Amino acid sequence: MTTAATASQETDSPYALSHLDALESEAVHIFREVAGEFERPVILFSGGKDSIVMLHLALKAFAPAAIPFTLLHVDTGHNFPEVLAYRDRVVAAHGLRLHVASVQDYIDRGVLRERPDGTRNPLQTVPLTEAIQQHRFDAVFGGGRRDEEKARAKERVFSLRDEFSQWDPRRQRPELWNLYNGRHAPGEHVRVFPLSNWTELDVWQYIAREHIELPEIYFAHEREVFQRSHMWLTAGDWGGPKDGETVEKRRVRYRTVGDMSCTGAVDSDATTLDAVITEIAASRLTERGATRADDKMSEAAMEDRKREGYF
Amino acid sequence: MTSTTTATTDTLRFATAGSVDDGKSTLVGRLLHDSKSVLADQLEAVEQVSRSRGQDAPDLALLTDGLRAEREQGITIDVAYRYFATARRRFILADTPGHVQYTRNMVTGASTADLAVILVDARNGVIEQTRRHAAVAALLRVPHIVLAVNKMDLVGYEEKEFDRIVEDFAGHAAELDLPGFTPVPVSALCGDNVVERSAHMDWYAGPALLDLLETVPVGAESAGAPARFPVQYVIRHDGVRHYAGQLVSGSLRVGDRVTVHPSGETSEITGIDVLGTTARAAYAPQSLTLRLAGQRDIARGDMITAGPDAPELTRDVRAAVCHLADRPLRIGDRVLVKHTTRTVKALVKDLAGATELTANDLGRIALRTAEPLALDDYARVRRTGAFLLVDPADGATLTAGMADLS
Repeated sequence: MTTAATASQETDSPYALSHLDALESEAVHIFREVAGEFERPVILFSGGKDSIVMLHLALKAFAPAAIPFTLLHVDTGHNFPEVLAYRDRVVAAHGLRLHVASVQDYIDRGVLRERPDGTRNPLQTVPLTEAIQQHRFDAVFGGGRRDEEKARAKERVFSLRDEFSQWDPRRQRPELWNLYNGRHAPGEHVRVFPLSNWTELDVWQYIAREHIELPEIYFAHEREVFQRSHMWLTAGDWGGPKDGETVEKRRVRYRTVGDMSCTGAVDSDATTLDAVITEIAASRLTERGATRADDKMSEAAMEDRKREGYF
Repeated sequence: MTSTTTATTDTLRFATAGSVDDGKSTLVGRLLHDSKSVLADQLEAVEQVSRSRGQDAPDLALLTDGLRAEREQGITIDVAYRYFATARRRFILADTPGHVQYTRNMVTGASTADLAVILVDARNGVIEQTRRHAAVAALLRVPHIVLAVNKMDLVGYEEKEFDRIVEDFAGHAAELDLPGFTPVPVSALCGDNVVERSAHMDWYAGPALLDLLETVPVGAESAGAPARFPVQYVIRHDGVRHYAGQLVSGSLRVGDRVTVHPSGETSEITGIDVLGTTARAAYAPQSLTLRLAGQRDIARGDMITAGPDAPELTRDVRAAVCHLADRPLRIGDRVLVKHTTRTVKALVKDLAGATELTANDLGRIALRTAEPLALDDYARVRRTGAFLLVDPADGATLTAGMADLS
C-alpha cells in the first residue's frame, strides 16, 4: 500500500478528469464529509480488495496528516491466513488502531451457533452490530458497491441504521446531489459506502494505477482445493473436505476475499494485475455469482442479511 | 462490464422515469441485455424465475427490480443505480420509479443526471404523470431530455401515433421552459430502437436510444462556471493549515485572489495539492487541499471563491422545492438548511400561496436563515444553488430546494 499518489498527472484541460479520477474525487469527498460531521467513525477492514482501496483513499483524503479513523475487522475465524497477515502488516505500517470482533468468540461463548452448512458469513452480523454499539461508532465505512448485487443497487451512500443496525429499504432517506445527510439519533448510526459508484473493474484498474499491494491470494497460485456446490474451496481446518469430497492441486485465484467456507476460487493463470484485469473484463460471470455461496441461498439473500444489519 | 481494459474517459449519468406499466423496467432490462451488460449468471437467474412463473421469454424487468416487495408487486419502489459501459462511454443509470407516490425518488435520480429518459406508453400518450416527470426534469435543470415512446408494437408501429404524442409533449415542454427534448419511438419488449435500430419503423430516421446516450455531450454545464470551493475539513499538519474540499465548479490556480464567505476576508492561494500531488491549478470536480496566505480563521462550512462572480450572501432564501417527506411542511416550521458543507437554522416564512406542502408536492418557498448562506442561482451553478431542508428533531430529510435568485 502506498500513501502518496503516483498518478493524477497534472492536466491543463478542465474537462479531462478520467473516470477513475472522478470516482476517486467523489470517494474522497465522502470520507471528508464523515470526518467533518461525525464523532466516532470507523472503517470496516477485512484485508479484501475493496477495503484496501477504501484505506488507500482515506490516506489520500487526509494527507499529509493521518487518517482520523480507527479500523474494525469482523473475523469469522475462517479467514485466509495470508489475508490476516496482510491486515496486520498494513495496520502496523500506517500506525492505525484495529478493533477485531470475533465470530469464534461468540461461538465459544455459546452466543452464536455454527450453521449446519458451515457457512459463517451470516454469523458476522451479531459481532458487527455489537461492536458498533460497544464502541459507540456513529459512522461505519463499508466497501459495498452497487454493482455487486441487486439489493446493494438500492443502497444509499449514507445509509441510516437503527439501534439494531437494521436496514429498511422502504424508509431510506432520499439522497440528492452530493448533500449527504448524516443526522442520527443516539444509538443509531450511519453506514457509509464511498465505493458505491465503483464497479469491480474500476477497483482493479485503480489498484493497478495506484500500485496498491494486495494479498497474494488475488493472483494465480497453486492451491489445495476441493469442489462443493460448483465452487473450488480451500481445504482446511474450518471443515472441508467432507467425505466424498476430494482434494486436488489447482492453479487458482480469488475474486473476492471472505469467509473460507463460502468463498470460492476461480481457475486462473493471472499472476499480474494486468492479467487479472484482462480476465475480469472478459468474464461472463459476476464477481458474486462466480465465487460467493452465501448469495445463492435465495433470491433475496443479500436483502435479508442487510435488513438484519449486515453490509 | 463489457468494456475493455482501456478506460474510456467520460461517464454519462442518466435517469429514467415512467409511469406504472409503461414498461420502464423492461426498457432498462433491454438496454442492459442488448448492450451485453448482463452477465451469464444474472441472465440465468432471470430465466429461472421467469420459467418458474410460467413465462416463455425471460422477463427482463427482473434484472432491475431488486427488492422483495418490488418483485412481489411488480413495481419499482426505490431508485436503483446500474453501471454499464460500451466501447464509447461509461454509464451510471439512476433507475427511478414512476408512481406518483415516488416522485421524490425521481427527484433524487434527476439531481445528479446529465440526461433524463421520460417514458410514455404509446397507447396512452402524455398523461398527468408524464407532465409531472417533465416538470421535475425542468425544475432540476437536467441538461438533456429524451422522450421514449414505448410499446410502439402495440400501436402497429404507426408514425402518426408517435407524431401525435411528440406534439402533445412539445406543448407541455414549452410551458415548462424545458431546454428541448429528443423523441425516440421504441418497443422495449421487442427491442426496437433501444440498442438496435428497428426494422419496423422505416419512417424514423433518428438514432436508437443507446446511440443517443453514447453521443450526447456531457460536462458542458460547468464550462466557464465561477470557482466555488466549500471547505469540508481543515487538515493541520506541521503548523500548516490545509483546507480540504471538492471544487464544485470552475477552476483555481496558485496565486489566485480568493474571498472566504461568509466572513468576506480575502487572501491568496499559496499552494494546491490534488490528493498527494502538488499542482499549479485544479478543476471541478477534483477533491483537493488549498493553502492560503496568512493565518486565517477558516472552518468547515465556509466557502472559498475566486473571480468577479461572487455568490449572493443572504439570509432570505427563495427557492423552488420538492417536498420529500411524509410529514407536511408548513409556514412557521423551524428547519435546518443543509447547503454545501454548511448547516444553519431557518424559519419557513412563505409557501407561495400554499398553506402546506405534502409528500411529492412541487412548490415555492421563502426562508429566513439564522446565518447568511453563500448561494448561487441553481440555474447557474447546480451544486451551490441546491440545498436540503432537514428536520432538527430527528434529522429526517424533508425537502429539496433549488435557489432562485432571479
